[in-house]
Order: sequence, then structure tokens, then C-alpha cells
Amino acid sequence: MNPDRRQFLGWGAAAAAGAAAVTTLAPGFRLIELAQARSPQEAASALQRWGLLIDITKCADCDACVTACHEENGVASLGRPETDAQWIRKVNLRDQRTGYAQTLPLMCQHCEHPPCVDVCPTGASFKRDDGIVLVDKHTCIGCRYCVMACPYGARSFVHEAVSGQKADVPRGKGTVESCTLCVHRVDRGESPACVEACNKDGGKAMLFGDLNDASAEIHGRLKSEPSSQIRADLALNTGVRYQGL
Amino acid sequence: MASVQYREIDGRSGAYRALLGALGALVLAGLGAAWSMEHQGHHITGMTNRIVWGTPHVFAVFLIVAASGALNVASVASVFGRELYQPLARLSGLLALTLLAGGLAVLVLDLGRPDRLIVAMTHYNFKSIFAWNIFLYTGFFAVVALYLWTMFERRMNRHTKPAGLVAFLWRLVLTTGTGSIFGFLVAREPYASALLAPLFIVMSFSFGLAVFVLVLMAACKWTGRALGDVVLNRLRNLLGVFVATVLYFVAVHHLTNLYIARQHDVERFFLWEGGIYTALFWLGQVLIGGIVPLALLFGTSSRRALAAAAACVILGGLAQVYVLIIGGQAYPQLMFPEKEVASSFFDGVVAAYAPSLPEVALGVGGVALALALTVVALKVLPFLPKSLADGDVGSAAA
Repeated sequence: MNPDRRQFLGWGAAAAAGAAAVTTLAPGFRLIELAQARSPQEAASALQRWGLLIDITKCADCDACVTACHEENGVASLGRPETDAQWIRKVNLRDQRTGYAQTLPLMCQHCEHPPCVDVCPTGASFKRDDGIVLVDKHTCIGCRYCVMACPYGARSFVHEAVSGQKADVPRGKGTVESCTLCVHRVDRGESPACVEACNKDGGKAMLFGDLNDASAEIHGRLKSEPSSQIRADLALNTGVRYQGL
Repeated sequence: MASVQYREIDGRSGAYRALLGALGALVLAGLGAAWSMEHQGHHITGMTNRIVWGTPHVFAVFLIVAASGALNVASVASVFGRELYQPLARLSGLLALTLLAGGLAVLVLDLGRPDRLIVAMTHYNFKSIFAWNIFLYTGFFAVVALYLWTMFERRMNRHTKPAGLVAFLWRLVLTTGTGSIFGFLVAREPYASALLAPLFIVMSFSFGLAVFVLVLMAACKWTGRALGDVVLNRLRNLLGVFVATVLYFVAVHHLTNLYIARQHDVERFFLWEGGIYTALFWLGQVLIGGIVPLALLFGTSSRRALAAAAACVILGGLAQVYVLIIGGQAYPQLMFPEKEVASSFFDGVVAAYAPSLPEVALGVGGVALALALTVVALKVLPFLPKSLADGDVGSAAA
């Protein structure tokens, strides 16, 4: 190693140590807060598993989550309910014997073993390392096999031309789409729009977080409280869990 | 059977041109339907977010299944050494190719983005049975073309048997793949059964032979070629066995479901209270597609009865595929057992569906394409024997 390079590395090490000393005044207390969001260059990591916990005993008879989702993602109704895209919907349940009624939001369950990904011929349906299941709008050929395979009816086929698209949320006629868990917001360190709306205007039934993070509230609640998956018999290990079902 | 003489059809008559013109018009109508679906989107069809595979898929799956079955006559000749079928082998191979072409055309033109076909050819997810099918279908073209070459080229005749064996095995795998498109769908109660793969194979035997019989009878009649009773009676018995086998597999499938408590609602839907699907099952699939053909095939010996039976098998087959594909989607997915379910997505209710004109036009266009290709090929190459009279094929039948 030549002297110039050695000297340069020495300065670098000193600068790094200085920066650390300046920004971290005490453990957990920083002068400059570290960015929580991932940078655009940084890949999603399998260290995280994003998910939702929905307590349907708190789920009010409202559709704040649905409205917020469709507004956030530019999913507009064209007044044709059978062909309009629905990324999230409210499902009303009534027990056949007792008549006990419940309501809950249903969307892509972001499975660990997603059937939609298994069946997609081109690999357009894919799962990010952090568990978010998405559709690559450039390689979806519109075969709809994923719609056939999804146990939750979570996917919609875009039946006609779309307008008013959001910059973060590409959509296109002839392709399939579904809840992205607001991946564009998650990558900025924010919560999905449905969760934000539920906590602001709804029954505060929805909780978003990293299922793998032992310090996250969602992790703690899943560890200490009962919860369930829809169609747990399929062993898909969904990222969306329900309480009170 | 080296003495079998083949001859192209003349193809200069007014009737030939009229037939080709009519088929061409139907193909154009199908292309027009595909164009408007591509431009305006699938909302102009009867398909919805609940019924994402509609009438085009019924025609496409029927044609693809029939294609592999149409090859059976050739397989019986080459693989199983039945010389009576030898003169029919070329037509059998031809129909396998043209029916598959018609089916695939419908399938591709019904895609949301048919312009991205190149993506399907360059991006593969090998866990998907769809991706495998792309190879199985294109490979089938190559294998059957090679097989036909060994039949047409005298110097290659000695390779006909191994080529026929490869084609036979390939078609078994191919139909297994087609059945598994549905068999692998774990999330839908009407599907998710390993039985669907062998069921599709016996369906292909039946549908493919029915199409073959009708095309053979029409081609011989319209070109004035002799078609003896020896050949027809063999095909009659073979078709009868295939129709009965399909009924057997269907019965086993439903009986198994009836035994499983969680499948009771599915069976109640298809067999009893499913409206149009129940009617199509009993009247279309079982009666017209099964019982009537069996009565016609084994109850009488007239040619007209054979033709009518083959037509019934085709109609019943279309009904069967319709019940499977559309009925299977219309039946609500089970997410919340013991609950009544309601939502803006029509959860918990039987999905409504009515075939639209563009869908029917596209499907019929695929059938017309298959037939038009056949009609042209018969004129261009010697697929048909000069004679299938009893005396000409009788020695082999003995």
C-alpha cells in the first residue's frame, strides 16, 4: 500500500469515527435522525416481512379503508361493479346458525407461498423479499390464471382503459392487479393508506408492521394474542392476519 | 399396407370454394371480435372479475383437448400396430395440428395483452403449468410434423413407429398438462383434483375421435371416395368405448365428492340446484354427450347414427367443458365456512355470466380456423387415401 493511500484511509477512518460521535450523542439519541425509508437503490430485504393485523371486533360498519385505498392508488369505479377493479373490499359475514354478524376488509393476503405467483406463466406475479406480492405490469400478459388461483378473490383484471393514474401506481388495461400493500408508501417508511384511514376515520382496527421485527407492535400482539388466517387450511402463511374471526 | 394410395382432393369445385369462403368469413369474424376486445377491453364481453375465463376458453380448451385426441387414430396404427387404421393416420395427424392451431389462436387472442405474446415466449416461470404448456403445445406441433413426415416420405417410413410412439407419449403429457391447469387450482373446490388429468385424457380420446369421424365422413362423401363399413364399424366401437370411459370418470369424480362432507355444497350446485350448469350437466354432458351417443353407437349400425353420435359427443363435450370452466368459477369460493357472505365483489353468491357475441365469434372463429386449415391441407398434400372401401382395407382388418 503506498503512503498516500494509507494516509487517505486513515483520514477516512477518523472522519467516520467523528461523524458517529457527532450524530450519536447518547445511545438511542441522535443529533441527526437516521432515515427509516429504504433508498430507491436498496433492494427489499428478507429480514423484513411486512404484514397487517386486523381486529375485526373493532372493524366499524364503514369503508374508510376502501375509499382511502382506491384514492391512493387511482382505482376509480366506472359504475360497473362486476368488472370494476377492487383492491380491497368490505365483506359482511353472518353465521348461518346463530345469525352473528361481522364485517371485515379483505385484500391480497400477501402469502408466503402465493398460488398466484406459482401459476403465473411469465413470472409477472412475484413476491418481494419482504413478503409483498406484486404484479410486474410490463410482463403480465393478461392470462388471468392468477385470478383463477387466488383463494381470496383478491385480484382484479383491468377490463377497460384507465385514466387518472397515480405516478407511483402503474395500471393498464388487459393486465391483472391487486393490493400492493401500498408498496410505494412502505418504501418511503409510511403505512398503507387503508391502515392510515382506519386509524384516522375508522375503528382503529388495522395495524401494519414488520412481522419479523421483535420490537414491532404487530409482532408483539401476534405473539401474545390469538389471531387467525383466512383459509389457513391451505398453509399459505398469509401476511395479513385477523383477530375476532 | 404399402399399397395404400393417397391423393389430394381436387378442390376446384364451387362447393369447395363456398366451404372455404364460409370458414374464412367465420375466421374474419373471430379476428374482428378479438380486435374489438383488445381495443375496448374485456368489459364488452360477458366476462367479469368473477368469471375471468369465459366462452373463448371453452372453445380453446375443447379444441386443444380434441387435438391431442385426434392423433389417437394414428397412434393406434403406428404404436399399437393395427393396420386397419394405417390409411387414416395422415388425416389423424393433420387434424391434431389444425385443431391445436385453432385452439391456441383463440387462447392467445383472448389474452388481455395479446401483443405481449413475445413476453410469454421469453419469460418463463417453470413452476407454472401454463409455462410448461407453452412448450408442450409448440413441441406437439414439431413432434406431429415429424411424425407426418415419416409417413409421407417413403424413405422415412421405417421411422414411423418410433416417431408415432414419441407423439403418443407427448400427447399424453400434453393433455395431462391441460387437465392440470384446473387440477392444480387448490383454492377452488370444483377443481383441485388429480383426477382431472386422466379425465381430460379420456375426454380427448372421445372428442378427438368424434371430430375425426365427422371430418372423415364429410371428406369422403364430398370428394366421392369410398368409405367402407369395416373402417366405420371399428371407429364406431372405439368411439363407444371412449364415450363410456368419459362417463365412468365423471361418475367417479362426483361420487368421490359426494362422499366428502366439505364437497357436498359443490355437488349440490352442479348436480341439483346450479340452474344452467345443472341443466347443462344432465342434459348436455350426460344425456346428449353420453347416453344418446351410446344408444346411437351400439343400438343401430347406420352411418347416419354414427355421424349423429359424433355430433352429439361434440355438443356434449362443449357442454362438459362449459360446466367445468364457467360453472367452476361461478360457484363461490369458500373462504368463511358456515357463514353467509356478502360483498361488493359478489362473494358468497353464484356469479352471473352470459356469453357475449364477441366471445362466441372468437370461439367459433377458432373452430373455423381449424377446419379451414384442414380443408386447405387436404388440397395441398395427399392426406386422404383414394379409397377406404372394404376391399381395399379388408385384408388388413382380417
